[in-house]
Amino acid sequence: MKKFLYCDGLVAPLDRANVDTDAIIPKQFLKSIKRSGFGQNLFDEWRYLDHGEPGVDSSRRKPNPDFILNQPRYLGAEILLARANFGCGSSREHAPWALQDYGFKVIIAPSFADIFFNNCFKIGLLAIGLDSSVVDKLFDEVNAAEGYRLTVDLEAQSVRTPHGESFFFDIDPFRKYSLLNGLDEIGLTMQHAEQIAAFEARHAASQPWLFQ
Amino acid sequence: MQTLYDKLWQSHVVHEKSGKPDGMALIYIDRHLVHEVTSPQAFEGLKLAGRKPWRLKSILAVADHNVPTTERAHGITDPISRLQVETLDQNCQELGITEFRMNDRRQGIVHVIGPEQGATLPGMTVVCGDSHTSTHGAFAALAIGIGTSEVEHVLATQCLWAKKAKALQVLVEGELGHGISAKDIALAIIGEIGTAGGTGYAIEFAGSAIRSLSMEGRMTLCNMAIEAGARAGMIAVDDTTIEYLQSRPFAPKGGLWEKAVAHWRTLKSDEHATFDKVVRLDAASIKPQVTWGTSPEMVTTVDGKVPDPSRISDAVKRHDMEHALQYMGLAPNTPISDIHPDKIFIGSCTNSRIEDLRVAAEVVKGRSIAPSIKLAMVVPGSGLVKYQAEQEGLDKIFRDAGFEWREPGCSMCLAMNEDRLAPGERCASTSNRNFEGRQGPGGRTHLVSPAMAAAAAIAGHFVDIRKIY
Repeated sequence: MKKFLYCDGLVAPLDRANVDTDAIIPKQFLKSIKRSGFGQNLFDEWRYLDHGEPGVDSSRRKPNPDFILNQPRYLGAEILLARANFGCGSSREHAPWALQDYGFKVIIAPSFADIFFNNCFKIGLLAIGLDSSVVDKLFDEVNAAEGYRLTVDLEAQSVRTPHGESFFFDIDPFRKYSLLNGLDEIGLTMQHAEQIAAFEARHAASQPWLFQ
Repeated sequence: MQTLYDKLWQSHVVHEKSGKPDGMALIYIDRHLVHEVTSPQAFEGLKLAGRKPWRLKSILAVADHNVPTTERAHGITDPISRLQVETLDQNCQELGITEFRMNDRRQGIVHVIGPEQGATLPGMTVVCGDSHTSTHGAFAALAIGIGTSEVEHVLATQCLWAKKAKALQVLVEGELGHGISAKDIALAIIGEIGTAGGTGYAIEFAGSAIRSLSMEGRMTLCNMAIEAGARAGMIAVDDTTIEYLQSRPFAPKGGLWEKAVAHWRTLKSDEHATFDKVVRLDAASIKPQVTWGTSPEMVTTVDGKVPDPSRISDAVKRHDMEHALQYMGLAPNTPISDIHPDKIFIGSCTNSRIEDLRVAAEVVKGRSIAPSIKLAMVVPGSGLVKYQAEQEGLDKIFRDAGFEWREPGCSMCLAMNEDRLAPGERCASTSNRNFEGRQGPGGRTHLVSPAMAAAAAIAGHFVDIRKIY
């Protein structure tokens, strides 16, 4: 997993609630058996005017000039500001892969769908939940100021605005530790292998039908 | 006093990270269902790290998302889809994982075949790289959808890091009206609590209306728990559960069956167990549901109208509603019964089981689809459902009415294979998501029950199924 410590990045606002993972990365791109290359098809149906299929060179496609990420002022954005229930729907990890591959390091929203939220942390993409009134305020500030940036400090669990205002965010300590250190979760879990084996033996003794 | 969720959780905790019950815990996984879309990167990761699956017998694999629903003798035409399915075949063969291949009669949608085979059992933890894994909770199992990194993690360690969710009880008491199904209950609940109403919760569905549902109906309901934002939905064990499981291929037999049943009978919430939240619905007041927008919470009753955004005061909500109506090509205040679908899709992990097909066939019997319907298709959930339906003559009823009778798979629920809507086409669908582009780019989805989809096929527009019964 990618390490995450700190991000001072340009912010792009996506002003829609309930953005689902089908919108983040449409189904035709899930046919890939690889883990990379999804960034060019992030938000495909909103981002391009023509229909996208896997294997099509995105530089030859027609971008939708109205879509937020196509506006020059948001080029190179690393922080996505979003609305409530971001990432709802399908469990496809391709959604966080696409966001990360595009260049996003942080997603800020009032709330996230559970599976998406969980998936982000598995790949080192930091999903931050902030109070909806704070998110409203950030939307106003981003819209008002071109080149608006935020500073995210994971160690301090803070999001700082250019005006020096700072907002604290919650994160599970285990998730924080894993992100800061870019840990291989499977390797970490394997340290409990004996415990798992012991549990399994007890479980098999009490419910043998589960192990047929 | 424990809830069903407490019992399922507690009986699978291997390790608590902080030593406290509110932190991350390592949870043991009993059953791992695998399909072709979310597994290739996990198998690759495993291989690259030189790891092996922890317990092969816990895994059952099937290809469902990419498979064609038309003639399969010549395999899959789309080379990218074919490679993905072949990759699953190859991974399963190399590692020795049980897989139902495309031309196996037991092949079908992963959430249909798991229960059908008895591979999903009460008291289990079940995972799959698919959000609709919540379906299996109908068997009093703790069943959750996971991402690909977690698929790899479960393959390697048989465990998952998870945080205990809060408990939400959805109580549906009373008797359902004629023609009202589990799908209507599910959509009515989502209409009530919203698509994020269950976020952070595990839902237990309870009450007399739930107990009266068949296992098929219970699976439909738990399937849609994720559409309410809850990663898990579940229902307590009763006679209906046990009768369904008896003599299924993967279910225990003989003395072990008796022992298992005795344990399963304990899998219900204690009488005075407390929930973090309770939502109540009166079964008798639930009407046939039809979605009008691009999120399952954008739903109303068949006798209702498309809402008017100008009446919404919240700016974000109004904007979303306007956007949805524009996408759906619907004017505010249009009566739902004036909406004319172009296509009809009966299928998906929500509604493709034998009972769903029986109900739809009952509506269709002796009638023909309206001339305005471009395509009406039935996609059974599995080869065994298809076989059973054919034994009962349901295929003939559908075909005679003008429906196409297809091979099993996910099909037009998410349109990863050739089955899809053209831009602007409108579909009455028994699936679970009406997101933009879900059934094909530019496609417009209205979620309904199988009976409502069948009735819309005949009438050419949405009709109140209660008036047909």
